[in-house]
Amino acid sequence: MDTILQVRHIGKAFEHNQVLRDVSLELDEGRVLVVVGPSGCGKSTLLRCINGLEQIDSGEILLRGEVISGQRKNLHLVRQKIGMVFQSYDLFPHMRVMDNLLLGPVKALGRPKEEVRAEAERMLARVGLADKAGVYPRTLSGGQRQRVALVRAMLMQPEILLLDEITAALDPEMVSEVLNVVLDLARDGMTMVIVTHEMRFAEAVADEVVFLEDGCVVERNPPEVFFHRPETERAKRFLQSFDYAPRRRAAQPGANTAEEQSAP
Amino acid sequence: MQDSGVSILFKGINFQRLLGGLWVTLRIALITIGLSLALGLVFGLIMLSRRKVLRGISRAWLEIVRFMPQLVLLYMVYFGFARLFGWDLDGETSAVLVFTFWGTAEMGDLVRGAVSSIPPHQRESAEAIGLTPMQVCRHVLIPQTVRRLLPQAINLSTRIIKTTALVKMINVTEVLKVGQQIISQFYRLREAPFWVYLTIFILYFIICWPISALAGWLEKRWA
Ligand SMILES: Nc1ncnc2c1ncn2[C@@H]1O[C@H](COP(=O)(O)OP(=O)(O)OP(=O)(O)O)[C@@H](O)[C@H]1O
Ligand SMILES: [Mg+2]
Repeated sequence: MDTILQVRHIGKAFEHNQVLRDVSLELDEGRVLVVVGPSGCGKSTLLRCINGLEQIDSGEILLRGEVISGQRKNLHLVRQKIGMVFQSYDLFPHMRVMDNLLLGPVKALGRPKEEVRAEAERMLARVGLADKAGVYPRTLSGGQRQRVALVRAMLMQPEILLLDEITAALDPEMVSEVLNVVLDLARDGMTMVIVTHEMRFAEAVADEVVFLEDGCVVERNPPEVFFHRPETERAKRFLQSFDYAPRRRAAQPGANTAEEQSAP
Repeated sequence: MQDSGVSILFKGINFQRLLGGLWVTLRIALITIGLSLALGLVFGLIMLSRRKVLRGISRAWLEIVRFMPQLVLLYMVYFGFARLFGWDLDGETSAVLVFTFWGTAEMGDLVRGAVSSIPPHQRESAEAIGLTPMQVCRHVLIPQTVRRLLPQAINLSTRIIKTTALVKMINVTEVLKVGQQIISQFYRLREAPFWVYLTIFILYFIICWPISALAGWLEKRWA
């Protein structure tokens, strides 16, 4: 199997804040790597370094064996091969959905508009948004926007897709509609690096899990190992922070409904 | 025939004279607006500069221009500078200089505001789909800046048009001055000032209202 991404001993600091220390990863074609870790451990920074939004201080990053880090000149050529979707809804508000989708393939890749449009329509339909091509992003819900953002990234036909907590800003009921699209992409063999706080989704989608803490890779294991018998103490503690005692509804039947009613 | 009320406006060429005065006002305003918008774009970029010194200087300029009553500036240039340096500035030129000095600063601040109100993620997500820096500006940043800027720039234009009424104070025969001349021509008529000023008011309204409405419409459309 071909290795698509290699991250070799990279380091990155902001001023005196060492955010990444000697991080190494590699990823084969068609595989999904999930990165988890406590807030502020450097997950976003890692993804941003991979697609050149941040410059690394040391180490190197290779895409299909070619060094892509350390250059500033033709970053856009590298980014054309690396799709990225962020946590914030980042569609272009002054363009209709279809124009959002066409911009990259047509302007950056120079592909014929009609060909891309047909493909865009197919993909919109696949994520359940066939009727939204002509609307402006502000009329969409958060979940719909993230699905469009996924389609926009996929239309670039990237070698690899980076997803940075793409459901973190969503209302809970919209999370699964977005994650289902990602699961679908994974089944189709899309190579991805995914940062997420949704542990059940992480377990379902990952071929491998990397646990990052203080900018170091603390543990690296297949999901069935990482989530059920983590090898390191730190990973254990991290996973425990996601367990919470279920509410004792039976004990206080009134309290819960009152709370729901007063919610805005 | 006894002169009365609104009819004095239509005696002889009085109304044409008022319109002529209005044209003087508008001419000053239009030149000022053109210069202010163009120079303001440049000034706005200076305000956004990475260099602290440039940002500091431009900020200071804006503050000074805002504190200073335009009339004082106008007097300073027309009466002060002309004497001091022996310049032979006519009223219109002085007015254009002073109002451009002010309009450029205000326009610059609008540009600065519009550019910095675009979330940084817009640039990043445009970069993330592989656009070149030029394409990012052209397709993502500039269109959004223009949408925020244009309604405000139009509002600034109406403010400039209104402010040009001040040139009467430096002996430019604009619409107010003509109005006063007409009033003194009918000094025996008690209601003359009312009708003359009402007419001037309506003339200003006819010019400024559609412009304002356009700004409002654009703002809503692009919200
Ligand atoms: N542009 C920047 N300038 C300075 N410090 C930064 C910058 N970006 C990130 N940091 C710092 O780097 C550290 C790691 O940030 P990062 O966003 O990578 O964390 P994260 O793991 O993605 O956290 P979260 O789960 O909250 O998204 C934080 O301490 C943050 O304050
Ligand atoms: Mg993050």
